[in-house]
Amino acid sequence: MPLGSVRYERVIAASADDVWALIGRPERLHDWFPGITACSVEGNRREITLQSGLSLPEEITVLDDRLRRFQYRIDSPFFPYHRGTIDVIALSDTSCAVMYATDCDPRTMALVIGAAAAAGLDRLTEIFPTPIFPTPE
Amino acid sequence: MGRRILFITSDQQRYDTLGCNGGTLARTPTLDRLAAEGLRYERAIPQSVVCMPSRSTMLTGQYPSTHGVWMNGVALPDDAPSVADDLHAAGYRTGLIGKPHFEPFMDPFMRFAQNRLSRDGLNGTYRGFEHLEFATHGARGPLHYADWLLREHPEAAGWFYPVLDGALEVNAMGGGDTGAPQVWANQVPREWYHTDWVADRTISWLDSLDTDDDWFCWMSFPDPHHPWDPPASEVGRIDWRDVPLPAGYPTDAETRERILDAKPRHWGAWYRGEVVSNYEAPLDWVPATLTPDQIREVNALNAVEVELIDEAIARVLTAIEARGWSEDVDIIFTTDHGELQGDFGLLFKGPYHVDGLMRLPLIWRPAPSANIAPQVIERPVGLIDLVPTFTAIAGIDTPETAEGAVLPVKDTDPVAPCQERVLTEWDSVLFGVEVHLRTITRDGWVCTWVDGDHGELYHLADDPLQQHNRWDDPALASVRDDLLADLWDHQPAMVSPLPRVQAPV
Repeated sequence: MPLGSVRYERVIAASADDVWALIGRPERLHDWFPGITACSVEGNRREITLQSGLSLPEEITVLDDRLRRFQYRIDSPFFPYHRGTIDVIALSDTSCAVMYATDCDPRTMALVIGAAAAAGLDRLTEIFPTPIFPTPE
Repeated sequence: MGRRILFITSDQQRYDTLGCNGGTLARTPTLDRLAAEGLRYERAIPQSVVCMPSRSTMLTGQYPSTHGVWMNGVALPDDAPSVADDLHAAGYRTGLIGKPHFEPFMDPFMRFAQNRLSRDGLNGTYRGFEHLEFATHGARGPLHYADWLLREHPEAAGWFYPVLDGALEVNAMGGGDTGAPQVWANQVPREWYHTDWVADRTISWLDSLDTDDDWFCWMSFPDPHHPWDPPASEVGRIDWRDVPLPAGYPTDAETRERILDAKPRHWGAWYRGEVVSNYEAPLDWVPATLTPDQIREVNALNAVEVELIDEAIARVLTAIEARGWSEDVDIIFTTDHGELQGDFGLLFKGPYHVDGLMRLPLIWRPAPSANIAPQVIERPVGLIDLVPTFTAIAGIDTPETAEGAVLPVKDTDPVAPCQERVLTEWDSVLFGVEVHLRTITRDGWVCTWVDGDHGELYHLADDPLQQHNRWDDPALASVRDDLLADLWDHQPAMVSPLPRVQAPV
């Protein structure tokens, strides 16, 4: 079965450093990612609790402040494979692109996680100042 | 007091499953009686042949391109029009009991109100409905029926067919006597099955209303959509061994393949298991393996489910009569789309705009107090006409957002400009497979444009099974081109930006 693979991106009218200050703190995921009610981090382990009550253990595999890259995988037998990646890329001193990609088996969950992440990117555009120009879906 | 409205829908039901439409398998005396007393539509056409876009059309009165639910898994926007809002504003009590599916069911983040309200045990409000009790095809998920079953009869939860497999794909597992996919012996007692639950909850809600209330009740049965797992106690009603093969099933494989190969590529590609373009068709199942006995068993179980729905409707009508409302209740019965059920050697549904999926049962039994004479209406109508019909019954203006017109009550009624043709859309982009269709039905023809391929053209009277694609017939080129020109003149533009797919279903 091929993996499900999705990617979403948004341009945000804030500096990459400002946006990374939120995204680069994995314990604050629930501040911007919809449908997550709690989140705790110990070392390279993160546990998230979904609004459905489901808890998912995760392994943080990359947290690179210089690259502004966060990468993780869901560590559950239900997910034979998962990798999620968030990159924050400076476009100027006052704007950046945030890209979220997820590759997943089961492939259907790539759609579900990716769409929730896309809503999270929408949320970032509300948390930070109004985008400098509209971005396509 | 005005006319009340009981809007009854099933899910994935063919036109020919009702006795009043010539069906011979299922006994449907209740719906047959309503048809005899009211208006029976010979060609009711959905604007999409999958659940979410079609149901959203029924609620909004808009084409999928306009309301934005362009495929399953796309959520209807929160601010989309809802006829329930209009009716509630006009003083109607509003209830939706059964299957909603305006938002994805696969929702572990609980991002969608449909699922959140159910999980929290709330009964409203939602898209203009003050009362809601939701159900779908089994005992999993957050909806009210699953919660009730797990609470009251937890032992029954595992008796239903597992719609999804361990990889979250639609299950190809076979069952029954023939090993047909999505067939299952379900030990659940009839009284606990979702069909009877929907009727029970509808009766309960209606009983809670004041006698003088005007009301709009959408009673939405999840059946006879697959899985075909009716209560085992009822399966003996129809012996599948006695079920004739459908007229649309060429028994000879060579003939099937020749018919399919004259159609656009996605037909034969699915039949041979090369491409699956609809999530709701099992990924691990190849239609070419479907046997005649499997078709018989599927159709027998489907007919059992249709009978259970008919009997459930009868109970609700008895309850309405007991409240003294019968003279002032309009009853409309239809479904969201059809089911192939063996036509062309295929099951389930997909980007296939032929009668199996596009010709729907539609019955409107006007309130007797309205004095509308019984009729059979031959001319094509669309589900897009339901919203204007509901508002007309209620005596309020058609919403400006609606794109259809009131259903005709006789064939000689003036034809509204928007009813000169009926349009049907298909768009899907899923795991690298992309299909786009646009179809027009008018003047006895059905013509489908297929993106990146040729198309399909059938004359419905000459080729009622749509087995002879005339798209490339030079003698019909002008007919085809005229139909396509009319289609593109009236096809609404797709909403922009395109709403994202949130889940596979």
